[in-house]
Amino acid sequence: MITIKNLHKHFGKNKVISGVNLNISEGGVFAILGPNGSGKTTLIKCILGMVIPTMGKIYVRDTSIKNNWIYRRDIDYLPQIANFPSNLSVKELIKMIKDLRGKFCDETPLIERFQLESVLNSKLGTLSGGTKQKVNLLLTFMFDSPLIILDEPTSGLDPIALIRLKELIRQEKIKGKTIVITSHIMSFVEEMADEIVFLLGGQVYYKGTIDGLKKKTAQQDFEHAIATVLTKNYA
Amino acid sequence: MLKILKYSCYDLLRSRWSYVYFLFYLLLGVVLLFLNNDLSKAVITLMNVIIILVPLIGTIFGVMYYYNSKEFTALLLAQPVKRSSIFLGQYLGVALSLSMSLIIGLGLPFVFYGLLESNTIWDFSLLLITGAFLTLIFTALAFNIALYNENKIKGFGYAILLWLFLAVIYDGLFLMSLIVFESYPLDTYSLVATMLNPIDLSRILILLKLDISALLGYTGAVFQKFFGTNLGVLLSTLVLSIWVILPMFNIYRKSKRKDF
Repeated sequence: MITIKNLHKHFGKNKVISGVNLNISEGGVFAILGPNGSGKTTLIKCILGMVIPTMGKIYVRDTSIKNNWIYRRDIDYLPQIANFPSNLSVKELIKMIKDLRGKFCDETPLIERFQLESVLNSKLGTLSGGTKQKVNLLLTFMFDSPLIILDEPTSGLDPIALIRLKELIRQEKIKGKTIVITSHIMSFVEEMADEIVFLLGGQVYYKGTIDGLKKKTAQQDFEHAIATVLTKNYA
Repeated sequence: MLKILKYSCYDLLRSRWSYVYFLFYLLLGVVLLFLNNDLSKAVITLMNVIIILVPLIGTIFGVMYYYNSKEFTALLLAQPVKRSSIFLGQYLGVALSLSMSLIIGLGLPFVFYGLLESNTIWDFSLLLITGAFLTLIFTALAFNIALYNENKIKGFGYAILLWLFLAVIYDGLFLMSLIVFESYPLDTYSLVATMLNPIDLSRILILLKLDISALLGYTGAVFQKFFGTNLGVLLSTLVLSIWVILPMFNIYRKSKRKDF
């Protein structure tokens, strides 16, 4: 689905990603983990073409993404921080995004799932952080694209919304979609992910299953395995 | 790109600012006509206002709109939309709605005053076209400044400085240089120097058309002598178009390589 070859990204002297090689196969949930500032979001933004790599190549469904924008039709993206034009209402925003993508879709089941009926006519600027995140999720899952990229999808959600989000991710997985997630909530990752990649200092430290990481670090549970990796490398 | 243009215009129409701008020009037109009581005199006064004010408003609006619509831009960037269409669409959205406010706002009072039956209609149209040109130029320059500066305050600062430089300081420097080098032939130099400043160029373009040699000044006179009225008008329009195209091209170029 996604192939990344020798990816480098520098912001001035700050080397955020240095030499990432990665292959994400089709179908399943793929989690990108790493401490703060390890380049998770930058990596995702590179895949989306929002950040231009300093070096290296990225292929989505076997087409190079350089100077290309059509491939984004196959991607649904959930940004980390839900920033919306504040003077639009939720309804208008949905309509606008639908118009821009030029794709037919039915958003009513999602509106029900996240209980957004009551805020449809409110301006986006007046919504709380959690509600904004729900709108954000709605806009992401509205289109039936084969690749879904979620950057910190759990932030600000209440327990009910979180359960519904997990259900939704499982549903999409059964449909055979590829879902890429970044998250700091280890229990969420452990529950959802089929495969993980651990980024450290802009490089791939580990790629494989969660069980594999537990074995590698000789730890019983996932959270401690991650903690071992971090203390080893930072101590 | 047309969809982005549509949403930018829609966004601006909702934001009330374009109405304020429109009402301002409406009021200006009415007051000028009332005070001057004469169409052609009002046109000259209007020229002085347009040449200073339109660039200022274009600059401020351009910078403000860019920074204000950052969230909208971020949303669009993840959608299957070409990058250059996002920025060029937003730019055209601002510049065209500003030009519309200018043309309609000033046009209405003059039309009611009986512009259509008078001889000044061509002078007046040229004035509006120049105003539209200046809006396009300065909004594009403002977008360039904003694209290069992530920091809002810095962006605003540079934009205001640019306006101040082209509207006021440039003339001073130019005059001083003429005095310092007065013993040399300065025809070509002053022609080039005028073309490098869209505000000066617009002034000369309008004055050439109005045929008021007293107001032309040195450069205007050189312009007229060199190119004659018709060729002069044609040439300055051409240079103004270049002034629009170059910054627009740079928006296209820069937006392709920027990280978000």
